Amino acid sequence: MAKIKPSKGAPYARILGVGGYRPTRVVPNEVILETIDSSDEWIRSRSGIETRHWANDEETVAAMSIEASGKAIADAGISAEQIGGVIVSTVSHFKQTPAVATEIADKLGTAKAAAFDISAGCAGFGYGLTLAKGMIVEGSAEYVLVIGVERLSDLTDLEDRATAFLFGDGAGAVVVGPAQEPGIGPTVWGSEGDKSETIKQTVPWTDYRSGEVAKFPAITQEGQAVFRWAVFEMAKVAKEALDAAGISAEDLDVFIPHQANERIIDSMVKTLKLPESVTVARDVRTTGNTSAASIPLAMERLLATGEAKSGDTALVIGFGAGLVYAATVVTLP
Amino acid sequence: MAATQEEIVAGLAEIVNEIAGIPVEDVQLDKSFTDDLDVDSLSMVEVVVAAEERFDVKIPDEDVKNLKTVGDATDYILKHQG
Ligand SMILES: CC(C)(COP(=O)(O)OP(=O)(O)OC[C@H]1O[C@@H](n2cnc3c(N)ncnc32)[C@H](O)[C@@H]1OP(=O)(O)O)[C@@H](O)C(=O)NCCC(=O)NCCS
Repeated sequence: MAKIKPSKGAPYARILGVGGYRPTRVVPNEVILETIDSSDEWIRSRSGIETRHWANDEETVAAMSIEASGKAIADAGISAEQIGGVIVSTVSHFKQTPAVATEIADKLGTAKAAAFDISAGCAGFGYGLTLAKGMIVEGSAEYVLVIGVERLSDLTDLEDRATAFLFGDGAGAVVVGPAQEPGIGPTVWGSEGDKSETIKQTVPWTDYRSGEVAKFPAITQEGQAVFRWAVFEMAKVAKEALDAAGISAEDLDVFIPHQANERIIDSMVKTLKLPESVTVARDVRTTGNTSAASIPLAMERLLATGEAKSGDTALVIGFGAGLVYAATVVTLP
Repeated sequence: MAATQEEIVAGLAEIVNEIAGIPVEDVQLDKSFTDDLDVDSLSMVEVVVAAEERFDVKIPDEDVKNLKTVGDATDYILKHQG
């Protein structure tokens, strides 16, 4: 049998740069109150959300991704030609073929980087990060761009009291590259398809096309069931990720959970017994829930405001529709 | 061993204190979680999750909305504890 030469990768991987794009239009709760019976006080107390950004026609999934990626590449101090892989996590790019990742890879000026989209809902960033780490350590790319991007406003039913106030748009990107020390810990991830009904698209596109349903599909959820799962099961997953990385709550500098709802964040902080010294991302207040984009967007903001700094140890956890989840410990870029 | 009514009320009082910061002595059988104890619908989910662990019961989502008072929750746990 002929001998196949193995690929040779880097010893470890880490995040080298981060960038974000928030659409120009800021939408306060008052706008949400035009279509649902609610109040600013209720929305703030149940979710922490004060404002969110909604994209305009020019702020497409590709355009927002390119903006965020450009910043991440500059932050990493590399050039676009060095990027060997582009992974885009999104559920709100409405042209299924080709993958939007290819357009982004081209417009950024990569040298024909491998490019593909993944669908892992609000866990998409952690899924992408894990793939990127594998590609770098295995040797099929030196630098990989991981992008979380959503235009959830396109998939929001503004008359649905359970979700109208929740979602926002935006893009977050990181450059992952080679490292001499581990900069991304073991990923604790998984899926619970038996709970697929708790967050989902109302109907398939084909039902809408055939006229079977008149209303454009949107994301619906069983809020209480999702909340219970998040506060109970996801705190356990977060703890497992800390344990897997050999990091105690005291060692941790920053906690960046998926920005789904500030009440979930509060509950996790309590359950994990995080000390006061840990900086907690609360970007949801002004960004809403941007699914796959929420973790890199929150990361970018914490670093930009100085609340977190390069080299800090951060626990990240994403969770959502699937249900799916992914948690890991990273060194901040 | 199954918990008694007094033990369940005392346990719920500790849980409500932990989650909503209400003094334990305020948590009485006739008190409504939302109207008297400042436990909103999401805090109630946290109370239920904590009570499930503590008393070894399963309280499904569809039953949670029927637990209006501390007495309702206590009766439910008395009846369903494992
Ligand atoms: C959406 C969410 C905030 C709703 O809160 P909730 O407590 O579950 O809401 P419920 O539907 O049980 O309603 C509770 C009460 O608030 C009222 N209510 C519901 N939606 C409301 C709204 N938008 N405005 C005002 N009142 C509202 C209900 O009528 C009900 O009132 P009642 O008790 O007098 O009947 C919450 O379930 C949640 O955030 N879950 C997690 C969702 C999530 O993060 N998903 C994404 C994960 S990736």
